[in-house]
Amino acid sequence: MSTPAPPTPTGRSAAWERLHPLSPVVRGGRAAAALVVFLVIASVQRQQGDGTHVAIDAVLVGAALVLGLVHWLVTRWSFDGETLRVETGLLRRDARTVPVARIQAVDLIEPFVAKFLDVAELRIRVAGSGKDERLAYLHRQRATTLRAALLATHHGLDASTPEPPELPLAVVSTGRLASSVALSPSSLLLFVILIALAGIFVASERAGAAFGAAIAAYLLSLVTVTWRRFNGQYGFTVASAPDGIRVRRGLLGTVAETVPARRVQAVRRVEPVLWQPFGWCRLDVDLAGIVPRETSGGPREMTRTLLPVADAAVADSVRASLVDDRGVVSTRPPRRALLKSPLSYHNLLAGHDDRVAVAVTGRLRRETWWVLLEKVQSVRCVQGPVQRRLGLASVHLDVAGRRAGASFRDRDATEAHGLVDELVEQCRAARAAAPPASR
Amino acid sequence: MSPAPDLVPGSSASAAAVGEPWSRPSIRLWWLRVTELAIAAVVAAVVAAVAGATARWVVLGVALGALAVIVALAAVTRRRYLAWGYLERAEDLLVRRGVLVRRLTVVPYGRMQLVEVTAGLMERVFGLATVKLHTAAARSDARIPGLEPEEAARLRDHLAALGEAKAAGL
Repeated sequence: MSTPAPPTPTGRSAAWERLHPLSPVVRGGRAAAALVVFLVIASVQRQQGDGTHVAIDAVLVGAALVLGLVHWLVTRWSFDGETLRVETGLLRRDARTVPVARIQAVDLIEPFVAKFLDVAELRIRVAGSGKDERLAYLHRQRATTLRAALLATHHGLDASTPEPPELPLAVVSTGRLASSVALSPSSLLLFVILIALAGIFVASERAGAAFGAAIAAYLLSLVTVTWRRFNGQYGFTVASAPDGIRVRRGLLGTVAETVPARRVQAVRRVEPVLWQPFGWCRLDVDLAGIVPRETSGGPREMTRTLLPVADAAVADSVRASLVDDRGVVSTRPPRRALLKSPLSYHNLLAGHDDRVAVAVTGRLRRETWWVLLEKVQSVRCVQGPVQRRLGLASVHLDVAGRRAGASFRDRDATEAHGLVDELVEQCRAARAAAPPASR
Repeated sequence: MSPAPDLVPGSSASAAAVGEPWSRPSIRLWWLRVTELAIAAVVAAVVAAVAGATARWVVLGVALGALAVIVALAAVTRRRYLAWGYLERAEDLLVRRGVLVRRLTVVPYGRMQLVEVTAGLMERVFGLATVKLHTAAARSDARIPGLEPEEAARLRDHLAALGEAKAAGL
């Protein structure tokens, strides 16, 4: 590791740095925790404890620790104000460079174990690469300053600019989060299964035990899903900063995400049917990047939850800080569309002006999309046989991502054809008017 | 076998594109589709004959059903071929297709990330190629099959040059 530091265009020194010396312990610790969980599941299912198993597991934990140590020894990173370099790999050296311009988001992740050791993982989402750049683990203080430097240089500021002050937008209370998680299909299913299990157990203990053993794994996965949602979104805080939206969340381990505002492709509000009586909704944001076609999956889905649950008014204020709908008037499709989409007609709404399009779709759960016209990738007009009979057509505005975009469903065919031309024209104008910095 | 220009009235879904000179894939694309269907029909017929001879009635039913689908497809092959069209405008490329479900895709040149020319086995036999346009959105699926290789290469170079000149960020 005696290669000289890479040349820096800014003339700033870019010394190689290592990860935190405790990272193998944290990694090994996590592997151990995973093993313990696996063991518990395995012993519950087989109901047998065996000395050799414990020995094998101890060996595995030891191996994980040694591998972690080797990984720590061969990994180093440097940041010179324009590119982040990471080198790793013992047998096959892997040197990666991340230009700050392509950074999409920088996350600070502190797992449960890492919190006690005052270390944190920095996860950098990069456009044009299917993989996140991970620096696990750095000293907490170092991670914070590096994150500030990456974001500042991403926005063309000096690397030593401190993180700009942030304006709190919304906090999700624990009670609200708990009730929203309880009102999700998976937890309702969990309740139903548990009640059924209790019923069977009361009727016949043997049948209950057999039924319980049969569905134990499934039950455990349901519990895990529910717990993950609660644990991951506990104490959800959204704040707006000049460089984007900050999200802080997590119960045992915490995550601090920063979403650069100009990477936002679309904002989506989801209102699941179970939440509609309470007027709650979830807010998601799509941040897709350029992905090389060789990765078979196509454009990578980059959906972030902006608000796990909130009242419409709060969600609206958060949404407005990213995409201003500028009072767009949405209209319903013609009444004859009821014949084509009887189940979703009551939700269908769409409208646009010269900067933003808003569209509502969905049968039971209502989805509202806000799309900035400058981000639109393509405009499509689709007319199926039933729609042709009724003189209807759908217009889709696609933005980067797997299935992101606003859909003007079942509009009058003549209106739809005019809409295509109008939207193509307005998207071009919006693109031309957009600041070149959105490159 | 030169195609009549307007067998599919109203399939140019964009008002501004009416009366514009839409380009069409090579007529050999139609021959390709017909050949594919003929091969499939022969396979289905052989399966049906063997199944009939050995009294396997379920297999016979499936094979006859497949044969019926192939005949139905053969009836619309020509219209499906004629529905394909593309139009290079100043700022964007328009691709239309489909008889039952009519689709029109508008892709601005600046949004194209990758232009791909592919040729499958059957296409190679017929000396044809497919041009695929990729944007950052997975749903904007603009592809033009059955192009002459020279036209495919011209389109690829033209689109790549325009894409570079008008490139826009995300």
